[in-house]
Amino acid sequence: MKIAVCLKRVPDTTTKVTIRADGKGMDETGVKFVPNPYDEFALEEALKLRETAGTGETVVYCLGPEPAQETIRTALAMGVDRGVLLQSAGSADGLEVARALAAELAGGGYDVILFGKLAVDDYNHQVGVMTAELLGLPCISAITRLEVRGREARAEREIEGGIEVATCSLPAVFTCDKGLNTPRLPSLKGIMAAKKKPLEVKPVALGEGTLTTLGLELPPERKPGKIVGEGADAVPELVRLLREEAKVI
Amino acid sequence: MNRILAVTEQRDGALRKVSFEVVTVARRLADRLMGTVEALVLGAGPVQGTDQLGRYGADRVLVAQHRAFALYSPDGYATVIAGRARDYRAVLFSATATGRDLAPRVAARIGTGLASDVLEVAPGPDGALVVTRPVYAGKALQRARLEGTPAVLSLRPNTVPPTETPKAGEVESVSVPSFTERVTVQEVKAPAGARLDVAEAPIVVSGGRGLKDPANFKLLEELADALGNAAVGASRAVVDAGWREHGAQVGQTGKTVSPSLYVAVGISGAIQHLAGMRTAKTIVAINRDKDAPIFKVADYGIVGDLFEVVPRLTQEIRRLKGED
Repeated sequence: MKIAVCLKRVPDTTTKVTIRADGKGMDETGVKFVPNPYDEFALEEALKLRETAGTGETVVYCLGPEPAQETIRTALAMGVDRGVLLQSAGSADGLEVARALAAELAGGGYDVILFGKLAVDDYNHQVGVMTAELLGLPCISAITRLEVRGREARAEREIEGGIEVATCSLPAVFTCDKGLNTPRLPSLKGIMAAKKKPLEVKPVALGEGTLTTLGLELPPERKPGKIVGEGADAVPELVRLLREEAKVI
Repeated sequence: MNRILAVTEQRDGALRKVSFEVVTVARRLADRLMGTVEALVLGAGPVQGTDQLGRYGADRVLVAQHRAFALYSPDGYATVIAGRARDYRAVLFSATATGRDLAPRVAARIGTGLASDVLEVAPGPDGALVVTRPVYAGKALQRARLEGTPAVLSLRPNTVPPTETPKAGEVESVSVPSFTERVTVQEVKAPAGARLDVAEAPIVVSGGRGLKDPANFKLLEELADALGNAAVGASRAVVDAGWREHGAQVGQTGKTVSPSLYVAVGISGAIQHLAGMRTAKTIVAINRDKDAPIFKVADYGIVGDLFEVVPRLTQEIRRLKGED
């Protein structure tokens, strides 16, 4: 089974966001970058599918700047066979990213292409599904369970107040949600092996797109609150405030 | 003519609340563009609430019926919408589980970008739309220019309350072009426990490591039951520990919520959790550590032992509701 995983390099989720001087992006000084957490579920699922199949190849694609090679090495250390960096500064427009990925993935002969359901930086929630559409492949998004039998796939995805069960045939694209699996940690052996695995770098040029960032700002600060009191004795006053001041109960 | 298409959402043959939100926003945008609003209803038969869309500002209501539309049909829905999209100035979706799957399909098919999870949209000075949307799970807001005819966007649910602006809401049926169903939704299973979803509930009671044991979430379930209309959420730490379902997680790798009341119990308030709930209208924090970061965003805090404070709160709420 031949499996591709699309990976993004993102700021760690513990990052405190500060705005860059030009007001158009995040100040990246001192920021730690990690593989997008949802993409780790995709990586784990790819490795499991490959292990179950017994044969095949796993390839990770990452569209990002030069330092994203490190992000790819993390995936290789988890067990992915080889990596491709589509070197680019990226775009605010997810369709431009999807176009570059689709152009690269087309003709790759992949049975399964996996994405995280969203990237925790731009929160676009769209590149995986768009890539599938551009490739003309079936796609089930935000999956929490995947079963592949032969050429048929059955997946579950969480919807508001329920679980949607969907089926499709391979080749197919899936985008992965938390709950699908528990991503493995790279072993020391894996980290050593990753250094020798192939990592191809290909510069790509993205189109201008139709979505452009005008500015980034911090959300308004919340009004300072108050400590109502200590212990259970403060409860009646809290209830009074919720009812009379906040008017929420 | 600036026509705006508002894509509604039904479940079990009834429109969901987000449908009226998306029509409300479409109406406001149409008024600024001197345009009209068309609401699209996709279903296998009559959909309850279709006749209400006019009240919220739909000039016309387009009904697309197909036997495959009882449940979500990714390819069928996308075919109907993409086939019509070029007639519109803007196409608006809700950023629900369905909308987040459907909107990118339509955008890719018609070859235009998509602004996801939009909080605000207005016409810009040069004819393009200007949107505001959360990035980094709400740690920052992005203001962006959205070109394209149509401009395609999805709206974050629970941001704009449905507002009545009565228009004709004239219902007409539209044809469904033939499509190949590459993905088939087989069924919708109810989750274990019929509680509300944290992303949609008007009240969320969330627990963290301070609860000490998964069984103690019972205290929060009792409080949620007493409050009514409440969902039980969780911090990343307790979800990662396997105490609660991942669907309940609030924060940057979970859900972003904006309820009218958020009660954080035994949650210290890590930055990635705060990102997910800071837009709640009112935040209450109950924590034994008076220096916990959660108190910096809370409107009301109680410093104390949650095992004493929460049962008392449940009792007081029950008493209050009993008096109503």
